[in-house]
Amino acid sequence: MSQTAQSSGENPDENRRDFLTLATTAVGVVGTGMALWPFVDSMNPSKDVLALASVEVNLSNIPVGQAIKVMWRGKPVFIRHRTEREIKEAEDVALNQLVDPETDDARVKKKEWLIVVGVCTHLGCIPMGTATGEPRGDFDGWYCPCHGSHYDSSGRIRKGPAPRNLVVPTYTFLTDTSVKIG
Amino acid sequence: MSAPVWNNKVVKWVDDRLPVFSMLHHSAYEYPTPKNLSYMWNFGSLAGLVLVTMILTGIFLVMNYTPHADMAFDSVERIMRDVNYGWLIRYLHMNGASMFFIAVYIHIFRGLYYGSYKAPREVLWWIGILILLAMMATAFMGYVLPWGQMSFWGATVITNLFSAFPVIGDPLVTWLWGGFSVGNPTLNRFFSLHYLLPFVILGLVVLHVWALHTVRSNNPTGVEIKTPQDSIPFHPYYTIKDLFGMGVFLIIYLYFVFFAPNFFGEPDNYIMANPLSTPAHIVPEWYFLPFYAILRSIDFEFLGMPAKLLGVLAMFAAIIVLFVIPWLDTSKVRSSRFRPVYKWFFVVLIIDCFVLGYCGAKAPSDPFMGLHGLQVITVGQLATLYYFLHFLVVMPVVGKMERPKPLPASISESVLKGGANA
Ligand code: HEM
Ligand code: FES
Repeated sequence: MSQTAQSSGENPDENRRDFLTLATTAVGVVGTGMALWPFVDSMNPSKDVLALASVEVNLSNIPVGQAIKVMWRGKPVFIRHRTEREIKEAEDVALNQLVDPETDDARVKKKEWLIVVGVCTHLGCIPMGTATGEPRGDFDGWYCPCHGSHYDSSGRIRKGPAPRNLVVPTYTFLTDTSVKIG
Repeated sequence: MSAPVWNNKVVKWVDDRLPVFSMLHHSAYEYPTPKNLSYMWNFGSLAGLVLVTMILTGIFLVMNYTPHADMAFDSVERIMRDVNYGWLIRYLHMNGASMFFIAVYIHIFRGLYYGSYKAPREVLWWIGILILLAMMATAFMGYVLPWGQMSFWGATVITNLFSAFPVIGDPLVTWLWGGFSVGNPTLNRFFSLHYLLPFVILGLVVLHVWALHTVRSNNPTGVEIKTPQDSIPFHPYYTIKDLFGMGVFLIIYLYFVFFAPNFFGEPDNYIMANPLSTPAHIVPEWYFLPFYAILRSIDFEFLGMPAKLLGVLAMFAAIIVLFVIPWLDTSKVRSSRFRPVYKWFFVVLIIDCFVLGYCGAKAPSDPFMGLHGLQVITVGQLATLYYFLHFLVVMPVVGKMERPKPLPASISESVLKGGANA
């Protein structure tokens, strides 16, 4: 140890030790994180779950005014063959009346077909109104019995605790009467 | 106190190497227990009894249970119909969960009334709350395992709560599910954790008892043990009292098991989970109802935070607030027996919790207790408000303002003067 280092109050050994401690701690923290990640990520959706990501649906036997439920990624998707009146109602609403403003146009690819994920955006219940005879709420769409959310004929939230419109999944029309969801 | 002398050679040989016998002797004979403990002090050992029952019945259930979305429901039905005494083991487990919460809730309110959370018992109290949280997680995940309609939709609604958190919400929920909805991966991980958590609880109980033996039991007067006259050995006095309590408790528990096994349950859970149809009325198990009421009572935005997020935060806050009450309570007196004003607020708190429970069981727009013009949601909001006011305002303010009654000089003085009437 040199005299000069001592007199300037710096101990080169101590500096080096501090550095080593810090570096070891840093490597330890990063290493632990890296070791934990595989465990955390193993709980994310696996490849087979991700692979089941699309379904094809034949629309030809859904008459006007009726709707069906199909399973997609373990959740129901509502497909409604809308009536003229339902389409008009959906188009005529002023945007400033909506909780989550979106035009009907932006939510459908063909006016007569409304395709939405049938999961309430509040806490995930399945809203009623797809099967004939079920309550459809105050806006000719769906009604969620869990905490009372009303969706309109475009699947938009109009009343109740749900914060967002029913989600529109990605889909493509393969022909006029068949659609691929996902 | 000096270490005991062991006459039995085998006992001595073991004890010299691993002092289990000294430890037991220490807890049973040398651990001084206040001599005035009431029946309110029975519920800790009762909770312990139920924990052991849950672990034993659980291990035997697993021998016949299949954790798969397609088979879980049928495997539970098979346990009920075909497995020898399967119905008994399952009903013991099912009703045991309710009994566990009854015992623990009484245990907690006992602590609140007698000020058992105050110095030096804060850490003991904290571990107790951690046990409550772990129990809630365990019971929630256990309820999902039979894969009935309530299992499935309860799991859906509760896991969806986490989507309330901004940004991380949706990925977090997908991660919890291991898919895009509650499904087989969810059932599998819940099963794994449902098996694990009771042993975590067991570990916490060991810490709880360790802390208890360090700071010693509180008692109905809230006055600490001062002289040997204030205490008696745990054994045989409290072992016998605990055993008696267990007898009474088992009569009640087994009454439900044998004569009303589905009293605490929901009939919908005997319908297999159907991801395409939600039951008309979803309710959680009774022990979650007050928290569910708090969650739902927030139906407004505040400070730019959506109602859903606020509801979730309020629900968690309802438990988190218990961690800080040792500092929120400003009174120098432990036991509410000597707190003429606070005592009444405590009664209001109990009623408030029952009101919250009632609100949690009803639909928000129902009339409260059949009273027209008074909606369940409104009452739930008021009850939620009182719940938080009690801890955040009443505790600090009443503690400062109130003039407590004179404390007995010691436990034995209080006992000689007639105990509770002193
Ligand atoms: C803290 C202790 C525990 C609590 C509070 C608890 C709670 C529950 C609840 C509420 C159910 C649903 C009962 C029903 O409605 O059918 C359940 C089911 C189940 N539990 Fe537990 N449990 C505990 C410990 C354990 C342990 C230690 C095991 C395994 C070693 C276990 C294995 C099971 C199994 C296999 C089921 C599904 C069968 C059934 O539903 O009856 N449990 N548990
Ligand atoms: S889940 Fe639909 S209203 Fe709450």
